[in-house]
Amino acid sequence: MCGIVGLYLKNDKYENRLGELFAPMLIAMTERGPDSAGFAVYGDEVDDGVKLTLRNEDEDYDWSALAKDIEAKLDTKVEWFQNSKVAVFKVDIDAEAVENYLMENHQDVLIMSSGKSIEILKEVGLPERIVNLFHLENMKGSHIIGHTRMATESAVTMAGSHPFSTGMDLCLVHNGSLSNHNRLRQELKREGIHFETENDSEVAAGYLTYRLQQGDSLTEALEHALDDLDGFFTFTIGTKDGFAVVRDPIACKPAVIAETDDYVAMASEYQALTTLPGIENAKVWEPEPSKVYVWERTTH
Amino acid sequence: MSTKSVAESVTTSGKQTVDLAQQTVRDLNQALHDQNKELTIAEWEVLNPKGEHNLAVGLDQKLKVDIFGPVGYYCAGMNKEADITVHGHAGQGIAENMMSGSVRVKGNASSAAGATAHGGFLVIEGDAGSRCGISMKGIDIVVKGNVGHMSCFMGQAGSLVVCGDAGDALGDSLYEVHIYVKGSVKSLGADCIEKEMRQEHLDELSALLEKAGVDEDPKAFKRYGSARQLYNFKVDNASAY
Repeated sequence: MCGIVGLYLKNDKYENRLGELFAPMLIAMTERGPDSAGFAVYGDEVDDGVKLTLRNEDEDYDWSALAKDIEAKLDTKVEWFQNSKVAVFKVDIDAEAVENYLMENHQDVLIMSSGKSIEILKEVGLPERIVNLFHLENMKGSHIIGHTRMATESAVTMAGSHPFSTGMDLCLVHNGSLSNHNRLRQELKREGIHFETENDSEVAAGYLTYRLQQGDSLTEALEHALDDLDGFFTFTIGTKDGFAVVRDPIACKPAVIAETDDYVAMASEYQALTTLPGIENAKVWEPEPSKVYVWERTTH
Repeated sequence: MSTKSVAESVTTSGKQTVDLAQQTVRDLNQALHDQNKELTIAEWEVLNPKGEHNLAVGLDQKLKVDIFGPVGYYCAGMNKEADITVHGHAGQGIAENMMSGSVRVKGNASSAAGATAHGGFLVIEGDAGSRCGISMKGIDIVVKGNVGHMSCFMGQAGSLVVCGDAGDALGDSLYEVHIYVKGSVKSLGADCIEKEMRQEHLDELSALLEKAGVDEDPKAFKRYGSARQLYNFKVDNASAY
């Protein structure tokens, strides 16, 4: 099973209500995925430098000390805030310098995402608990994708939860299972893609990161994915300015898309869309197999 | 959720309204099943379905049920005798394993519409997703829009009419279903071939289109069916079946 949901605003009309609109969508997919849930929210973009979502299992972890350490050692200014076990750090140097420093000096800190816009929050437990834990309903932004997990292929852990981010601002949620992820993981590792888990979905995210690094557009990367990923999948993908949905050629994992002048929303099932404004008059359809659906902001 | 039973809110018009914002799917289905014991209310309206699964399943009585809004999986499954209309979109498995009666979807339907159905009449006014009529065993299906890939896979008996286009592998591993498609067919599945449209087929198609209330010219359709090379039915062995 698993449930996936996404909401992409085509204009800024609902930016202040993004979390409020999305929370019931995620909770509606509880029956498809009660093991864990997570979401990647895009917004509060940094102009210079990078934004990192960091995590430590100790809720009392001293993020202030970490921020001061980074400021001193990397000669940069750090703005940060904490949300449960997660802290979002904004720094005005490039991501790689901070990531390398953290990996060498603070191995107890997990880097959940890095980019200009993305923040990833996920946890084991029922979606409603996770929505409340992270105060999703108060969040603002331009787009958001989420996942409720019914674990099949790897353990019920926070690390095995979705979304997966393997590159700047890129994030993927997956309903299905991949059959060639082991070999593909080895190939991608040789190309320099870093993986945190043994999860098949992380390989899909890593594959897209690799393709984008090779110069593909999001559409081209997903078209290549249709050739190279074997298995069942409905994917929803977020980038800094983009949102995409794609299903494998068999398309046995469900998906429905709704579009209005204000937003594009996708979900595994229509139930998750019923609370959206104007859904009664939205264009609602089932995405076709092997067809890449992409929405991108040209000005941002 | 209200605990008031459906029966307590019978309207004086003789038409029963069930609002799923107030009552549960279990309340609805129990009330509809109660009509099997004694038919007291023949017409039903269901409000606020909001994509819920398993609405109006297993009906076994001559009821008219109108559902106003999109429904989730397996709506009207195992239907017998009832006439059910979904005024919205339908999720997977609409009218799955229907025996008789009718189901009409005013919007689009997801995968496996009319799967394994032995009889009855299914009309989808929008598009149907993949595997429409998979393993159908006697149902007649009319789709005003397109159907997705693998439609009519292993279809055994009945008819599938597609007024739009059909996706990949139409009629794969087909037995004896009559398939009529007006638009393009992306590809035919194993053992499915285009066949001659004889008068008897034009008559059958005309009757199906008329019954569905679809204004299309039967002569604009092509017929597809089984080449009968893949399965091993031999008339000499008929007594063994």
